[in-house]
Amino acid sequence: MKAFGKVHKYGDNVDTDVIIPARYLNAPDPSELAKHCMEDIDVDFAKNVQKGDIIVADKNFGCGSSREHAPIAIKASGVSCVIAETFARIFYRNAINIGLPIIECPEAAKGIDAGDEVEIDFDSGKIYNKTKGTEFQGQAFPEFMQKIIKAEGLINYINNK
Amino acid sequence: MGMTMTQKILAAHTGLSEVKAGQLIEADLDLVLGNDVTSPVAIGEMKKMKVDGVFDKDKIAIVLDHFTPNKDIKSAELCKCAKTFAYENDITNFFETGEVGIEHALLPEKGLVVAGDVVIGADSHTCTYGALGAFSTGVGSTDMAAGMATGKAWFKVPSAIKFVLKNKPAKWISGKDIILHIIGMIGVDGALYKSMEFVGDGIQYLSMDDRFAMTNMAIEAGGKNGIFPVDDLTREYMKEHSTREFVEYTADEDAEYEATYEIDLSELKPTVAFPHLPENTRTIDNVGEVKIDQVVIGSCTNGRIEDLRIAAKVMEGRQVAKGVRTIVIPATQKIYLQAIEEGLVSIFIKAGAAVSTPTCGPCLGGHMGILAKGERAVATTNRNFVGRMGDPESEVYLASPAVAAASAITGKISCPCELGL
Repeated sequence: MKAFGKVHKYGDNVDTDVIIPARYLNAPDPSELAKHCMEDIDVDFAKNVQKGDIIVADKNFGCGSSREHAPIAIKASGVSCVIAETFARIFYRNAINIGLPIIECPEAAKGIDAGDEVEIDFDSGKIYNKTKGTEFQGQAFPEFMQKIIKAEGLINYINNK
Repeated sequence: MGMTMTQKILAAHTGLSEVKAGQLIEADLDLVLGNDVTSPVAIGEMKKMKVDGVFDKDKIAIVLDHFTPNKDIKSAELCKCAKTFAYENDITNFFETGEVGIEHALLPEKGLVVAGDVVIGADSHTCTYGALGAFSTGVGSTDMAAGMATGKAWFKVPSAIKFVLKNKPAKWISGKDIILHIIGMIGVDGALYKSMEFVGDGIQYLSMDDRFAMTNMAIEAGGKNGIFPVDDLTREYMKEHSTREFVEYTADEDAEYEATYEIDLSELKPTVAFPHLPENTRTIDNVGEVKIDQVVIGSCTNGRIEDLRIAAKVMEGRQVAKGVRTIVIPATQKIYLQAIEEGLVSIFIKAGAAVSTPTCGPCLGGHMGILAKGERAVATTNRNFVGRMGDPESEVYLASPAVAAASAITGKISCPCELGL
């Protein structure tokens, strides 16, 4: 499985309140949430994002609230993967549970800029920056999580057990 | 190798004699929690599962506290969805307006969590129950759905950081000041994926409400959970509120900690977190002149009776500054009633504050106290992210009930000592 797209770049501690502000949580439909994704730190994100695009951020991405609406909004925006130096733990769980691919890779977070075109091979964990001609090795998921991702989320994983 | 408090609780819920940091386990759950924002998403996920109802109708709590009393039609629909599910599944612990309180104040008060429990909640501040010596942690809606269906959740066993609290806290130092001090010291990801275990002789001086405020904000340091050992005060609290049997765990002497911090509580000063991260802390003598438009005293962090008593002590016989909207929100109906009976509500209203029914409302920018562009609030809540309480260009300063109340009186961020207290 591979992802390819243009990069939207953010800094440290992108919290779930800016990924999807609470004022939109009263309508949890994914397409509605996508309309407001990242609105409070990147007002044009919803307008600019293309299917397959990739979010790259520094440390502690997704900190704060447990709202699953945050990875849902990102996934429904068409984003194919989030790469970060580190993720906040609830966001990490939620992303896996809903089938939004995420990869921890500090080197990639540093070596990729906004607008770069990036390809990710989820099987090998390799991240290719096509624009700069560089390559990074992302952290592969433990086997247990790979099973959840292969089943396209926790619910299917439990249904299949 | 010995185990931490958290590791012992997890081992006991996994049927293993020992677990190690990093190990993936599937643990039995004593309680699964959701609110009006997260439960509807979980209910949608659970409907996709091949299961016949919930694993145990007595071990699920659905607490409609965020956008309630229903702030708009969409919120009313979310609550209706959660209520229908609760009724269909005969959920014992379903709470809506009239009975409801802010979930993390309500559940301990109702005796639904005791020491030794494993609790997941689709709300990040579920870590609050560590004050009782339980393992509790926030998860998302899908985990809540799986938990409601199976009574189990997967965890990676966390490593831990030890915080040794020493001596008697200085004047005006509450649990909120201690946890803000800690977050300022280790940062918003300083305990990422880890347990925060609080120990030391200083604990004896901390009330249960102080402890709840501290474990509540473990998530603001990225922590998986925060936990206190059980002492006489915890036992007394649990006996007063619950009929359930509890199990006390203490860390082994050779338990491994990634770091140990010693904090002299007698040296601390009231602490305020500046926008837009809880780690941006300053002691009260370093805040400068920060004029404010609103004060919020409440939330799952600081809406308990002792918080209200402290705020009332500061506000009694005084008037809130002209132009400062002061909103006091008791966290549960029981606390609200107690505040009325103790005369605290009267003090707040006479001082010019608004007192509201329990709700998470303003803390997350839901309703009941939203900030306009450029406005500033001092709040006893737990997050001061961009746009948290309203407009993305508004500002939230996190503080203790004592500092929030004093700030309401002066109209700028202030220590109660500025009022001669």
